[in-house]
Amino acid sequence: MINLIIDNKPVTVEEGTTILEAAKQINIKIPALCYMDLGELKMVNKVSSCRICSVEVEGRRNLAPSCSTPVAEGMKIHTNSKRVLFARRKLLELMLSNHPFDCLTCNKSTDCDLQTLAVQFGVNAKHFKGVRSSFPVDTSSQALRRDPEKCIMCRRCETMCNEVQTVGAITAFGRGFNTVVAPAEMQPLVNSNCVYCGQCVTVCPTGALTAVGYMKETWDALFDPSKKVVVQVAPAIRAAIGEEFGMPDGTAVTGKLVAALHQLGFDAVFDTTFAADLTIMEEGKEIIERIQKNENLPILTSCCPGWINFLEFHFPQLKYMPSTSKSPHQMMGTVVKTYYAEKIGVKPEDMVVISVMPCIAKKYEAAQPNLETNGIRDVDYVITTRELAKMFKEAGIDLKDMPDEEFDNPLGESTGAGVIFGSSGGVLEAALRTVYEVVTGNKLENIDFAAVRGLAGVKEAFIDLNGRIIRVAATSGLGNARKILEKVEDGSIKYDVIEIMACPGGCVNGGGQPFCHDRQEKIEARMRAIYEIDHTTKVRKSHENASVQKLYDEFFGEPGSEKAHQLLHTDYWFDDSKA
Amino acid sequence: MNRINSYSELLSTCESLKPLLHSRLNTGIRPDEKKLILICGGTGCHASESDKILAKFESLIDEKNLQNVVAASKTGCFGFCAKGPIVKIFPDDVFYVQVKIEDAEEIIDQHIVNNQVVKRLLFEDPISKQRIPTQHEIPFYKNQKRIALRNCGLINPEKIEEYIATGGYQALGRAVAEMTPEEVIEEMKRSGLRGRGGAGFPTGKKWEFGRSYKSDEKFVICNADEGDPGAFMDRSILEGDSHSVLEGMALAGYAIGANKGYVYIRAEYPLAVERLKIAIKQAHDAGVLGKNILGSGFDFEIDIRLGAGAFVCGEETALINSIQGKRGEPHTKPPFPAQSGLWDKPTVVNNVETLANVPIVMLKGADWFNTIGSKTSKGTKVFALAGQINNVGLVEVPMGTTLREIIYDTGGGIKGNLDFKAAQTGGPSGGCIPKQFLDTPIDYESLASIGSMMGSGGMIIMSEKDCMVNIAKFYLEFTVEESCGRCVPCRIGTKRLHEILSSITEGRGTEADLAELQSLAKVITDTALCGLGQTAPNPVLSTLKYFMDEYEAHVKEKRCPAGVCKSLLNFEILPDKCIGCTTCARNCPVNCISGVVKQPHVIDQSRCIKCGTCYSKCKFQAIIRH
Amino acid sequence: MERVRSKAQERQLPPELYIKLDEYIDSLKINPRSDRRKDSLIQVLHKAQDMFGYLPEELQKHIANRFYISHAEVSGVISFYNFFTTTPKGKVRINVCMGTACYVNGSEKVLDEFERVLGIKSGEVTPDGKFSIESIRCLGACGLAPVVMINDKVYGKVQVEKIRDILETYIVETSNEEVTSHE
Ligand SMILES: Cc1cc2nc3c(=O)[nH]c(=O)nc-3n(C[C@H](O)[C@H](O)[C@H](O)COP(=O)(O)O)c2cc1C
Ligand code: SF4
Ligand code: SF4
Ligand code: SF4
Ligand code: SF4
Ligand code: SF4
Ligand code: SF4
Ligand code: SF4
Ligand code: SF4
Ligand code: FES
Ligand code: FES
Ligand code: FES
Ligand code: FES
Repeated sequence: MINLIIDNKPVTVEEGTTILEAAKQINIKIPALCYMDLGELKMVNKVSSCRICSVEVEGRRNLAPSCSTPVAEGMKIHTNSKRVLFARRKLLELMLSNHPFDCLTCNKSTDCDLQTLAVQFGVNAKHFKGVRSSFPVDTSSQALRRDPEKCIMCRRCETMCNEVQTVGAITAFGRGFNTVVAPAEMQPLVNSNCVYCGQCVTVCPTGALTAVGYMKETWDALFDPSKKVVVQVAPAIRAAIGEEFGMPDGTAVTGKLVAALHQLGFDAVFDTTFAADLTIMEEGKEIIERIQKNENLPILTSCCPGWINFLEFHFPQLKYMPSTSKSPHQMMGTVVKTYYAEKIGVKPEDMVVISVMPCIAKKYEAAQPNLETNGIRDVDYVITTRELAKMFKEAGIDLKDMPDEEFDNPLGESTGAGVIFGSSGGVLEAALRTVYEVVTGNKLENIDFAAVRGLAGVKEAFIDLNGRIIRVAATSGLGNARKILEKVEDGSIKYDVIEIMACPGGCVNGGGQPFCHDRQEKIEARMRAIYEIDHTTKVRKSHENASVQKLYDEFFGEPGSEKAHQLLHTDYWFDDSKA
Repeated sequence: MNRINSYSELLSTCESLKPLLHSRLNTGIRPDEKKLILICGGTGCHASESDKILAKFESLIDEKNLQNVVAASKTGCFGFCAKGPIVKIFPDDVFYVQVKIEDAEEIIDQHIVNNQVVKRLLFEDPISKQRIPTQHEIPFYKNQKRIALRNCGLINPEKIEEYIATGGYQALGRAVAEMTPEEVIEEMKRSGLRGRGGAGFPTGKKWEFGRSYKSDEKFVICNADEGDPGAFMDRSILEGDSHSVLEGMALAGYAIGANKGYVYIRAEYPLAVERLKIAIKQAHDAGVLGKNILGSGFDFEIDIRLGAGAFVCGEETALINSIQGKRGEPHTKPPFPAQSGLWDKPTVVNNVETLANVPIVMLKGADWFNTIGSKTSKGTKVFALAGQINNVGLVEVPMGTTLREIIYDTGGGIKGNLDFKAAQTGGPSGGCIPKQFLDTPIDYESLASIGSMMGSGGMIIMSEKDCMVNIAKFYLEFTVEESCGRCVPCRIGTKRLHEILSSITEGRGTEADLAELQSLAKVITDTALCGLGQTAPNPVLSTLKYFMDEYEAHVKEKRCPAGVCKSLLNFEILPDKCIGCTTCARNCPVNCISGVVKQPHVIDQSRCIKCGTCYSKCKFQAIIRH
Repeated sequence: MERVRSKAQERQLPPELYIKLDEYIDSLKINPRSDRRKDSLIQVLHKAQDMFGYLPEELQKHIANRFYISHAEVSGVISFYNFFTTTPKGKVRINVCMGTACYVNGSEKVLDEFERVLGIKSGEVTPDGKFSIESIRCLGACGLAPVVMINDKVYGKVQVEKIRDILETYIVETSNEEVTSHE
């Protein structure tokens, strides 16, 4: 243990602790912009580039970056001396001197760490004149918006994309004043191998990386009397959107959310969780078939488009491995525009499906040409949790004050299994609940597969299916996925089923969720909320979802039927010409 | 060269090779000893085609059948590149400067055959205008003490035999045969040798740290990035005496327990790279590098890694990143490389000049080294003298020599007998030292105490013709260009400093700007991530401190006292003095001077680019600059 | 394992040069799973630039694939180092030293003159592709300041008045040849 004194307060911490962390332990908050440590998610950014966290260490020639300076025995530290505060202010002024003053129109306003600091420091004038570096805004993709002029070079996105996700879509480019984080050769993002996982967006402290918005399109649809506008919400939304309305982290707001969506004017409010159950029926069927035939294993889940993009760009040779099931919200889109449209007698072209997703990759996915049915887009627009919260606020709806309402029928009924799709391990757990019972014919005693829950990057379990022991794994974060896939490829490890989610921790930590910056406790709270809902739901297995059963009876026949294949499955877009 | 299998075999090999150097060292020359013509093969002289001069000498010797009388060979840089190509005759110690191919024949016929020195090729003292016959009498060399440069201009760098004849590889041989690594470290610590790469960290202590960390693998890196523009001592050593650096690296490896070394060298030094490659191969063949060095069981391999044009890669953590194939951005210390460096293994990074000192320190002993230099700084330092000085070149002097001695004795004084204004040491990280410190003995501490630093040894002399605000701006421009862009104070801060300085030199500066310069400079020093940013404000701070009057003249009077800052300059023809000789009009590069012959001329101010040509060409002082 | 999407048919550069480059890379025996595989990246970039004259995207992608790293990473490295260029330089490459020793000896005027005579700025190439001007920092020939390096030849103590003459020799030299850079 190391003893030191911070602002005249003694503190004892473990060796290797940084000054910043040590100060936190005695409630001294040192500002930080570039530093980030997401704990169990294994994302650590210690580039020490912003220097905002500088502190004075007695006997040291210059100021020390507290985020990356380890404590030493007997250190005497001042975190708020004149020298420190003067330096921090000047640094902030420098950053702002190379920054557009666009807060009013900025996507990130009120959620921006730079803005917050400027407010805290009471910056009230542009201090330095001088040139600003200038770069075009990159709106080349349907998912991610880059505004490099707002970049403060904290490099969090770079660490996330390269080290955590191992995608390598972006890099620090150039040198000196004009350095910028960008795709190779400053090309537009569409020309890169970005998989749109959106994880860079979740860590960016400023408005330099944000999601492409579809609020306007959604409003237009809502106000168009000729359109039947259907909305669906993903499981992870209900566990997070409350944060935007000041509710405690991890508050499940399902009923209020439905009420608010009704109030916003949607004609039907459906639950993506229903489609998750449907996914389990289809994917489960494939799992059972492939395990029984013992061929083409492991089977990989396919409900995360971020991961599917990763497969397409980085492991095209494994394209035969994943399940061919569409992702849940795409299934929902198809079902709405076929089954439901028929049912209510509306032409599919007069329907608009809006998906509210925790996700950025789904914006990209929804725009893919092969996700159309009879020439009609399955899902028209994808908006994020954050965008939905803004729309509520624009419409004067405070989620806190909403009553609880139920999802609409017939696509609103769901099970606990569908809900846990929102968390890493959930898809696998839901599938196991169904696969076990279908294969063995026995009732599952304990349906909680605790081994595959939680924030760990790779989680494993073994299940006995009538004597055949199958080995399954759930992994989240593409770096973890890469490691597993490399092992699968070279045969050093054998699995039967692998769930892969692009975002570390799964959709609760998706690129479209309310920003939690470095407060990763929020993610755990969201996870807890999801499993809490599962626990309190009466029906907890997908194959017991009565509405799903009805859908098969009335429309698809049985899982894996020809019609199901046609509408609920896809081939991947491994089209070389796209490369 | 045959493989040498033990330390004792090395000693006897050395004995048998010694005659190679007899004529050069004036030891045991026999009457029939041949003369030797050494021709500089350093970058500077190479640029003046010294290789062709060597070839010419060789063919002349053949033609004239003088093989028994004289031989010709190439050697490393003499440090006097401005006077190159240099040709030196042994054992006579005659030093010819600015030799041309056409001169070769005369040297052979007159000097070699007739024993008559070719007077017109001797160095002419700029002050006394006397021709000086021998090298050791030339003022430039008189006060030098060549330790790091001991073999430059003496041996042929491409012949390991000659290096071994000087006692080369004996320090390594003795260490691996008779000393423990701890003893080597102890000797280095006692010697007081400090890093020549800039910061002056005691080398023995650095090795001790390197040794103290346990690891399956360790590395030694020779920092040959030499980014400080205007300094070329490392280049000279690598070109003229690569083996001394290799031996130093192997000693460092033995001391810390490393078996692998890298030389990180800038790509702008192709000749040095070539010589290094040759030396590494020769050392391998001779058994002084590679597996089982001199039969001792100690292995040490050396690889070369090229830089690619980034000054910041001279910073050790950036350098390590660059070797690892990354962008050459530094990271915060701790951890220091000695703890976690290349591939996260303990790594000792040493500068070329430091390493070149190591073998001789080990060979002659710490006590010998201790007698040279000042109290806190032992040994010598090589400086690259440049700027407004008569004798431009590399000089190696004992630590503690005063600036005045270097400038006026060795350097031969200021060009054109102008007034000394300042000496800039330490390159872009250093500061400008004004007149009042001319008598300060130079060492690490004294330079730091007057706001400059030793740096790698660049020393630019400035005269009354130089504008200090402009010089500060020049250095900042360099930093802005070379900043890696990682941290805010350097990426944005130095840019703002440069912008403020530019506006001052362009006549837009305010007094508030002067205050801002000061406070911004302080914050950058305080918060920048690496040495580049931390020291970048030094040129500004030191000029603000010592030359405030010049800043004020720019800001308050909108005047550049040295007449350098173009925007503050105007050239004007005084009609009553102009006789209409048309010289100015003919020489103006943009043709903005008009006038009829024998009539006063006029400058079109709107088109004048203020190049000053007219001003220097007018023989009638009819053009004024204000 | 490939991390870069690139197709062979996108290539415009001479295949025989690719073959030569690959031979060199093969000799390095890069291990795809070793974190140390990049230690020869900069050497390979030097080699590739020597062969091709510059490092355009198709070449970058190829090198990225050979090292099992992303194109972005290669591009980030290239963009960091002044030595590397992604656009072709002139057949005659003029490098004016702007190092301190040269600067205080008037290299700015030397650069100005080159720019004026050739009608391009530092960093540009003449429209016919013949000449390009760059400023560099210190060639180690500071004793000869101001120093200019044209292709591989170093000129010391360059006088502004002589620049036209120096350029003349290159104009004559290149006028008979077809201007194709660096093949
Ligand atoms: C910006 C910067 C540039 C540097 N450039 C060089 C260099 O060109 N050569 C060098 O030997 N050291 C250079 N250094 C110092 C090195 O970081 C390191 O301290 C040195 O190589 C250690 O060797 P020494 O102990 O033998 O001096 C530089 C440092 C900084 C901050
Ligand atoms: S990034 Fe932040 S500081 Fe910049 S304009 Fe947007 S909200 Fe304002
Ligand atoms: S505080 Fe001022 S700048 Fe900000 S929104 Fe209100 S009026 Fe505009
Ligand atoms: S969205 Fe994902 S893949 Fe794309 S740049 Fe961001 S982190 Fe990288
Ligand atoms: S884009 Fe955002 S996360 Fe990336 S470096 Fe810039 S400010 Fe940081
Ligand atoms: S994990 Fe969820 S939020 Fe993240 S990319 Fe995949 S589907 Fe989208
Ligand atoms: S001080 Fe300058 S060179 Fe050093 S890390 Fe910061 S930006 Fe890079
Ligand atoms: S200063 Fe130069 S440009 Fe101006 S008039 Fe004189 S010669 Fe012409
Ligand atoms: S050179 Fe002097 S005297 Fe001659 S025309 Fe010009 S100004 Fe007049
Ligand atoms: S938070 Fe410590 S340097 Fe940025
Ligand atoms: S290069 Fe010949 S003396 Fe320096
Ligand atoms: S400064 Fe120009 S060659 Fe060194
Ligand atoms: S070139 Fe660097 S020393 Fe002159």
